[in-house]
Amino acid sequence: MAGRLYTKSHEWLTVEGKNVTVGITDFAQAQLGDVVFLELPNPGRKLDVGESFGVVESVKAASDLYAPVSGRVTATNDQLAAKPELINSDPYGDGWILKLELTGALPTDLMDEAAYKKSTESQA
Amino acid sequence: MVDFGGWELPQQYTSIRDEHIAVRKVAGLFDISHMGRFKVTGEAGLGFLQSLLTNDLSRIGRGRAQYNLMCDEQGGILDDLVVYWGDDGFFVVVNASNRERDLAWMRSHAPSGVDIEDRTFELALIAFQGPKAEELMPAKGLADLQYFGFRPGQVAGVTALVSRTGYTGEDGFEIFVAADRVGEVWDAILAKGTAHGVLPAGLGARDATRLEAALRLYGNDMDDTVNPYEAGLGWTVRLDKGDFVGSAALARIKREGPKRNLVGLKTAPGDIARHGAAVRFQDRSIGSVTSGTHSFFLGYPIALALVEVASLRVGETAGVEVRGRQASAEVVQLPFYRGSARSAAAPAKS
Repeated sequence: MAGRLYTKSHEWLTVEGKNVTVGITDFAQAQLGDVVFLELPNPGRKLDVGESFGVVESVKAASDLYAPVSGRVTATNDQLAAKPELINSDPYGDGWILKLELTGALPTDLMDEAAYKKSTESQA
Repeated sequence: MVDFGGWELPQQYTSIRDEHIAVRKVAGLFDISHMGRFKVTGEAGLGFLQSLLTNDLSRIGRGRAQYNLMCDEQGGILDDLVVYWGDDGFFVVVNASNRERDLAWMRSHAPSGVDIEDRTFELALIAFQGPKAEELMPAKGLADLQYFGFRPGQVAGVTALVSRTGYTGEDGFEIFVAADRVGEVWDAILAKGTAHGVLPAGLGARDATRLEAALRLYGNDMDDTVNPYEAGLGWTVRLDKGDFVGSAALARIKREGPKRNLVGLKTAPGDIARHGAAVRFQDRSIGSVTSGTHSFFLGYPIALALVEVASLRVGETAGVEVRGRQASAEVVQLPFYRGSARSAAAPAKS
């Protein structure tokens, strides 16, 4: 499995063939604070890269989630309805948000971990 | 860290959820040194404060504190504050964001012989709040300290002024201590309390607990376009004490009745109504949300809204804007939660 990739809007993704798993980064969850609710799309929905696909509500604010790639939603994380705090406690593991079936090429502006880390250091 | 009235404050130390629950179940420790603190001295100090503030200080005495509003001539709220009547004058604790405006306003109204000194930067102020606060305070002899009473004392061996006041709806104390000694007091409270579940608590927990207790936040729930009757704080306005700034306007507003009032709303999990969200009833816009959050303690989102007077009654269902759509909101009794504070959110109500 390839390493985790990152977007400028603080989503992460892993890619295995056509199967993509999406979440938000540790940096993003720390900025949001305690997550209390997620509004997520139904499986089957087609998303274009950069399209807003849902909302994460923290105690502080509601923030949009953006599709890091174009694809069809194959699953959302059912556990998050009862335990939205998984986004905070395990953002790269049990706090995953969405699975997609890739329908196009990967965007060229995705970052690897080192590049993402560098980009957040200037924002922190 | 977030900017709050020019002060860097932590939104949370660990997690807003954990800190919020700690305040409700055990106790939490807040650094509220950002609040403005003025010392008012001089023979005419009492008369000056009586002529400037809405509540009647003659109803308390030395060693007691009182919640007050400062209004403009139109009856608009300039700030909400607490006055402490001490042995050698009065302490006035104001909102951080209003400190400079309050100081200028007070000085412009002060007669000669009244001195107003800004002591904000010499004194630190911390709050230890929760049902176990008294039991876990590293200080003796606080059991007989009344709600809204205060006295000098030793906390962890450091000289301090201890007040039985707070902004969470829980029992607890606010501790005034020299800025260069506050670290010792802070550390001692945590050293004693940590094993019992005490946590340092940030702005997030402060906002959530004050909102559950329906304690108003200046700048959100009220400002100078809102009068005390609209804010549900008519109990702090003592028109019978004699003239004060805004008293003529407030007497008229009371006679005619306020045009708006604050109500409590409860929404379904996930539907957090934020400040400014429109409130609708029977296809009509009737006002907007002034404060809203998710209550981890109650398990659902809560909000305060300023709406046309008598437009909503407890038990009715209103509409509130959440993420660009209309969500259903139940009108509920205030406060949303009554904690261990020895008196209700509105002390000495009459």
